[in-house]
Amino acid sequence: MNQSQDEIRGVVVEELSRIAPEIDVAEIDPTGDLRDEMDIDSMDHLNLMIALHKRLGIEIPEIDYPKLLTLDAAVAYLQAKA
Amino acid sequence: MDALVMPSLGADMEDGTLAEWLIAPGAKITRGDVIAVVETQKGAIEIEAFASGVVASLAIAEGETVPVGATIATLRGAGEAAQPVAAEAPSPQPVPEPAAIATAAVAPPPPAILSSAGRRVSPAARRLAARLGVDLLQADGTGPGGAIVSGDVRRIGAEQRAMPDAVTPVKRRGLDLDAMRKAIAAAMAKSKREIPHYYLSTQVDLSAATQWLAETNANRAPENRLLMATLFLKASALALREHPQFNGTYEEGAFRPSAGIHIGMAVAIRGGGLIAPAIHDCDTLGLDTLMAYMRDLVARVRGGGLRSSELTDPTVTVSSLGERGVEALFGVIYPPQVALLGFGRVTETVLAVEGSAVVRPAVALSLAADHRVSDGHRGGLFLRRIAALLQEPEKL
Repeated sequence: MNQSQDEIRGVVVEELSRIAPEIDVAEIDPTGDLRDEMDIDSMDHLNLMIALHKRLGIEIPEIDYPKLLTLDAAVAYLQAKA
Repeated sequence: MDALVMPSLGADMEDGTLAEWLIAPGAKITRGDVIAVVETQKGAIEIEAFASGVVASLAIAEGETVPVGATIATLRGAGEAAQPVAAEAPSPQPVPEPAAIATAAVAPPPPAILSSAGRRVSPAARRLAARLGVDLLQADGTGPGGAIVSGDVRRIGAEQRAMPDAVTPVKRRGLDLDAMRKAIAAAMAKSKREIPHYYLSTQVDLSAATQWLAETNANRAPENRLLMATLFLKASALALREHPQFNGTYEEGAFRPSAGIHIGMAVAIRGGGLIAPAIHDCDTLGLDTLMAYMRDLVARVRGGGLRSSELTDPTVTVSSLGERGVEALFGVIYPPQVALLGFGRVTETVLAVEGSAVVRPAVALSLAADHRVSDGHRGGLFLRRIAALLQEPEKL
């Protein structure tokens, strides 16, 4: 499992769009809290973690959730573990 | 001969538009089967049969709007002989007197995604198409009898995306937020006009629950993890067993307690509005099962595919803000229910424990209840019971 940063960002953006179809992920602040930027709740966030785990095959323990709070942070975290 | 009628999916519903038949004359159906999709102010709802038998005739066509209570199809029992369909021509339905709350928001016509050419689309394919924003109007199906199945939706979706001008916005099928706002307005106005609410609140220490949840989820794959809201629902359901005066309906001057504890889980809809469909017999479900039901329900509230019984059956509502929002909420009871529990955001809170000020995760738990049915004293005991159950999460 060795994805490039662009691939990982693509997957994260795609899954965010699935959860919040009315929001253009290209328009959000990549350093802003995703919960506010994308208006996602705990269930949406869990679904995002499920999708990223399945698509990227990367373990994301719950204790690491605070490291995935922004788009940039999530991509960096996943890249480091890929 | 039984008649299947347009069901009432809430105190505020006056009529419904039949978007799609999932049965045809001659089909054998069992009580509980999904027979049709109806467009309502709450979006597209799958209607379940409330009788068993063989479909004798369909009384209305796709696209027709009829009042609540109007016959939409007739059934014959197993022993009854088939009759010519002509004999079953629908008799004109009396139009009921307009209700006191005359919102009269007519359900929107079914969008183009419903093939008006009578094309058959499997329910899974229909939901997938709605989720992906795929237009099935010109689609060819590869399923039995040319029916459109999920594989077709994916193929067609890919083709449509490949076309430069095919910008199909992803929108929840049939959901009209203006109509939903009117429905919420009617129900909430009725509630505030008729229900003498009283409100209570208490602070619940969640250190045990937070720790238990973290330990439980640590070794689980994301799809098997639990949310704090799962513990809230289960604790509420168990406490309701001992406090039946908060679980049931108040209609025509009398409270009817419910044998089953069917919690309406308030789910916010992106863009505004909310629906609180039922999770049936919540008190009997293990946490993993309950979590699976919650995930499924949230997905269907947002993606379509709610069932009529889920809208009509809640006996109490639980609203949980999760990790976001404010510290406390005080709800408006959804009539004819008699209580609403509100869980605010879980926050680090200064609590007095054994003479010391300590910082712990805590939640403000509130109750809005109907004073015609219960008193604050009982309400207080009820909330304390929920708080106590949350101190022993491993027993939930």
